[in-house]
Amino acid sequence: MGGASKIDRILFGDNQFFGINHMSGEKARIQAVRFRDTKAIIDVLDIAYDLGIRTFMCTTHGRIAEICNHMRANPDRYADFKFYPGMPYAHKYANAVTEYGMMGALKRFVPGSFLGTVLRGGKALATRDFLGMMRLMIDSEMKMFEGLITEVIFLQNVMTDMLLGLGFKDVFIAYSDYIREKYNAEPGFFTMNLPLLLDILEECEVDNPIVCSSINKIGFRMCGGKEAYEKTIKERKFRPIAMSVFASGAIPPAEALEYVCSQKQIESIVFGASTKAHIKQTKELIENYSQITQQSSE
Amino acid sequence: MGKMGISHYAIINAHTDVHVVGVCDSSGFVLKAIAKFGDVQVFKDYRALLDQNNLDCVLIATPTSSHGEIMRYALEQNLHVFVEKPFCLKVDEGRELVELAKQKRRINQVGYHYRFVGSFQKAKAILEKNIIGKVYHFTAEAYGPVVLKPKGSTWRTKSSEGGGCLHDYASHVVNLVDYLIGSPDRVAGTVLKRIFSRDVEDAVYATLLYDNGLSGQLAVNWSDETYRKMSTQIEIYGTKGKIIADRQECKVYLRNSNGPCGLVSGWNLFYTTDLTKDVWFYLRGEEYSSQVNYFVESIKNNDLNNINSFASALQTDILIDLLKDDAVGRSK
Repeated sequence: MGGASKIDRILFGDNQFFGINHMSGEKARIQAVRFRDTKAIIDVLDIAYDLGIRTFMCTTHGRIAEICNHMRANPDRYADFKFYPGMPYAHKYANAVTEYGMMGALKRFVPGSFLGTVLRGGKALATRDFLGMMRLMIDSEMKMFEGLITEVIFLQNVMTDMLLGLGFKDVFIAYSDYIREKYNAEPGFFTMNLPLLLDILEECEVDNPIVCSSINKIGFRMCGGKEAYEKTIKERKFRPIAMSVFASGAIPPAEALEYVCSQKQIESIVFGASTKAHIKQTKELIENYSQITQQSSE
Repeated sequence: MGKMGISHYAIINAHTDVHVVGVCDSSGFVLKAIAKFGDVQVFKDYRALLDQNNLDCVLIATPTSSHGEIMRYALEQNLHVFVEKPFCLKVDEGRELVELAKQKRRINQVGYHYRFVGSFQKAKAILEKNIIGKVYHFTAEAYGPVVLKPKGSTWRTKSSEGGGCLHDYASHVVNLVDYLIGSPDRVAGTVLKRIFSRDVEDAVYATLLYDNGLSGQLAVNWSDETYRKMSTQIEIYGTKGKIIADRQECKVYLRNSNGPCGLVSGWNLFYTTDLTKDVWFYLRGEEYSSQVNYFVESIKNNDLNNINSFASALQTDILIDLLKDDAVGRSK
């Protein structure tokens, strides 16, 4: 089993590269301009990598494919570079559903279904083999990572939380099984609804799941409330990854990281930054506060 | 079922006080998926669903041209109704439904979710306290990447079914203007611009005029890929300051002096992280859950004076018609 036995303590995120900022549209635009060239993204990834941050948690945005090409072309430089893909890239599908309707969007995204042929995709659509379609869509999203290290493959939060709301347990099970079998990787889940998601994953018998959710001192995007999250992290069996630790910049870095690092069950922290100073500062704060927590628990 | 239908279904299904009895869709494909994975009855005919005798309410997220017929049937079965925006394609039909809902004393709500976004609510509160003085102008804008190529064939590409940017993106902005500032008395200079679509407009530009001298400009374009998703902003100019609000933040500038409620001279920033109320379940934005929860609470409390009532959404339909008429007049 080649899945992630150990997840790095610090993971590098990609929101800052794609004009995503939950606090300010203005900041998002400035970032989008700065990173219009993929080389600018790679430069930042290089800084993080050289500081010892080896895992890049990313969407399946078209531009990630260019980064993958760069990594594949320079295997010596990036020998330890790991991707944690999160799929699907939700806006791509949501806009397609609005533009083409549900069936039209499916026909576009299920590979091999374009010509209505009896290729796997066409057959999956025709026979309404929904899980078969899901597997084909995973394959199509994963294509860009071929030959690269992907030990954990995540379901994006819009998809996770939609399936959670719908109560579609079989899809969670099928997703987890397929990621393990086909990609020899661990399934991961992004969510904004941590306690509720753990309930359903438990019912699905997805054991000790890797779950990445907003965890921050002000309770931002922590559905169910901060206290419920703290209790969940303390008491339930899962592998927590904290995201949105700064709540889009609403919490000063030291205070934000002290809060997250003080919860020793949190296995890993993902953050995004665009400058060497920020990356270095964040890394050092995480390491310092983690050490304090470790010492106090010994 | 489209994006909003699935989204509403997931949200309401996650509500602990609600039991989803049935789902109706015209697509056998979608119904089969729901029947296979979900724990719910499925229907191909909405009447068969609404005839079930154990229902309290219905959420309708169908193409706009079918809203009127389904709402009428639902109200006749004495159901509380939540319908996606825009309300109706025909203003006369909308008026009848406002009346029917009133007669039947059923909760009626339309999915203009910006009224549940913290930053816009903050802007509303500041306007109500007259903090920026007399409002004399505003610009209301929305941009996003929906139609980027000259193809696609769904109800959204057909004007007769309520497709086009005016009924979609622009209705949100017009509704937001009505919420924050009020309905204009006249519109002028309306341009319904086709960019990529064959039969519908992809952009709406217009001037909104009020009898008291207030004016505003509307600029909406759903063929703008420089935005990752729909982005709406309103900038409101007053004699003592101005407000800039979007989904993420509300910025208030005060000239010369400090205002009430701790507002200082110069810029004051309020972020979504401070303004957003917690929800029990999150999918794509707190406002979607908030509006659904509000609907459920209104039913429980039998509160007929709810936000986003049919009557308030009808006002938006009337404004959409004003814009259409103005654009037609101009093209003659």
